[in-house]
Amino acid sequence: MIGNALLLSMRAIRRNLLRSMLTVLGVVIGVAAVITMVTLGNGATRSVSDQIASMGSNLLMVRPGQRMGPGAADAPKFRIADVEAIRTQIASIAAVAPVVNTAVTAVHQARNWATTVTGTSNDYFAAGNWTLASGREFTDAEQRAGKAVCILGSTVREKLFEAENPLGSEIRVKQFACEVIGLLRTKGQSAMGSDQDDVIVMPLRTVQRRLSGSLDVNLIMVSVTTPESIDAVKAQIESLLRERRRIGDSEDDNFRVMDTRQIAETLTGTTRVLTMLLGAVAAVSLLVGGIGIMNIMLVSVTERTREIGIRLAIGALEREVMLQFLVEAVVLSCLGGLIGIVLAAVASVTLAGAMQVPFLFSPSINLIAFLFSGAIGVIFGYFPALRAARLDPIEALRHE
Amino acid sequence: MNESTPLIRLIGLHKIYGRGGASYHALKGIDLSIHEGEFVAVMGPSGSGKSTVMNIIGCLDTPSDGQYLFRGMPVETMSRDQRALLRRHFIGFVFQGFNLLPRTTALENVELPLIYRGHPAAERRAAARAALRRVGLDNWEHHTPAELSGGQQQRVAIARAIVTGPKVLLADEPTGNLDTRTSAEIMDLITALNREHGITVLMVTHEPEMARYARRIVRFVDGRVESDRYAEPAS
Ligand SMILES: Nc1ncnc2c1ncn2[C@@H]1O[C@H](COP(=O)(O)OP(=O)(O)O)[C@@H](O)[C@H]1O
Ligand SMILES: [Mg+2]
Repeated sequence: MIGNALLLSMRAIRRNLLRSMLTVLGVVIGVAAVITMVTLGNGATRSVSDQIASMGSNLLMVRPGQRMGPGAADAPKFRIADVEAIRTQIASIAAVAPVVNTAVTAVHQARNWATTVTGTSNDYFAAGNWTLASGREFTDAEQRAGKAVCILGSTVREKLFEAENPLGSEIRVKQFACEVIGLLRTKGQSAMGSDQDDVIVMPLRTVQRRLSGSLDVNLIMVSVTTPESIDAVKAQIESLLRERRRIGDSEDDNFRVMDTRQIAETLTGTTRVLTMLLGAVAAVSLLVGGIGIMNIMLVSVTERTREIGIRLAIGALEREVMLQFLVEAVVLSCLGGLIGIVLAAVASVTLAGAMQVPFLFSPSINLIAFLFSGAIGVIFGYFPALRAARLDPIEALRHE
Repeated sequence: MNESTPLIRLIGLHKIYGRGGASYHALKGIDLSIHEGEFVAVMGPSGSGKSTVMNIIGCLDTPSDGQYLFRGMPVETMSRDQRALLRRHFIGFVFQGFNLLPRTTALENVELPLIYRGHPAAERRAAARAALRRVGLDNWEHHTPAELSGGQQQRVAIARAIVTGPKVLLADEPTGNLDTRTSAEIMDLITALNREHGITVLMVTHEPEMARYARRIVRFVDGRVESDRYAEPAS
């Protein structure tokens, strides 16, 4: 019976090919929109988590203040002694690096470039997942004495040196000249969208003495040996710092320890919510497409009243007429779904390229959208089909 | 003339359209028996209830009162689906307006009743071709109604009606839309089907020339059978 209904439906669709195609346009667009949104959203989520992974794994960031933004500036900063305390008193730590960031303009010959100087130790490279493309790290003597030496990120290197080899050359930062001793390997964008390679790394003392003019440390990066120990290390750092900063039992922390997993969860959570939101908006358009199908199917039933009369006179059962129109609606909407899937594949690949997010083909969303389009055919085809089946054969035959 | 159970038997049949003040009494007690193999013409003035009785005999409509026995089975108590199955298996319709599916080839139109009967595709195709050949349209299988003349369309409709091998062919003014010459051709075809295949034919017409093809003429006037007579055997 389904086979017959399918045959009759296909013949009816073929008879009205242009209108059939226009009927399903809404579903085509709806399905394409849902799949494209979700595919791009998944790509964006992936690229965010990739970028977070590039920040370094098993990483803890210790910042003064409870949260970023206003108020953070009032909280007392850290000192190098805090860094040393963490290094010596807490187990399961792979690397601890103090960080001081300062905005500067770097100059080399006629070129200059506004960028950030990060004052830190060699541990920074391990903790932040950086590797040197060439040159060397800082020597102990350079770090102790606060020598004017620096390691350039690839963006700074391009802006100041273009094709030239910077190793051994000098750049000017504020009023002092600084020798380039190393180059960092390119990392790309950060999860927040900033360019991680737009950086100049110097020894902490160099920055403190010549740029920031204070002994403050803005940020401590701690990398942990294994992911399992991250929570324990976090708790130990918190209690150690509470003690060192003399925070009473009833007082809140005036610093904050965040791990990359937490940052990753926050950021990918945001993109995931956005993906769902966009997907939901697209799903509404799919629903509108379904209403379009119902509209055309109703028109079609009225227009084909005589045809239905003929079928009934010939001996078609009510349920056979019903099934034919239902199958017609489902075949149409599934066809729309298939076209939508193809369209979505093209749109996703194109847009993913343009937005620089990876194209992640998701079989599940394609399947879901397809099944959904089929369900739309059933739901919105039901009423017109029922109407067709209930027609009185004599009146239907008399219909002009 | 035939002692066996009549194919069609109407007993005190009434049909009242509508309700209350707006109601119309279209059939006022019809008694009629038609045996297998007969060729009956139904005549009468417009509005006398000819189409109404054809619709009831064709199981498209139900009587308001009285009994309708098809091969001895009471039809008036049957469900809509049971009547549909009766039409599917025993009854072929030919209408004044042809009633073919538009933009559908002659072959597919003729195939249609076989699809509902669930015949496999190859068998269906062969039977539809044979029916088209029977009505003389061998070379018109792939033409749509728009590409066929009125006479040809009515031939396709007849092919569709006989493709299932029905017991009875119900034709309500089958030549009403056709010119005299084409009408005669259609009547020759229907007569041949009756004579050679033994299909019972019940045909409404108001043209005496067409009624002359039948062997029995039933006259309706104002919802009643006014006369029912057998024609002289054709020589
Ligand atoms: N569905 C209907 N509702 C009300 N009146 C009807 C309906 N069908 C037919 N009639 C009336 O019944 C009478 C008989 O109609 P019909 O059987 O079609 O006559 P005819 O002999 O011309 O075929 C007519 O007066 C017609 O107006
Ligand atoms: Mg009539």
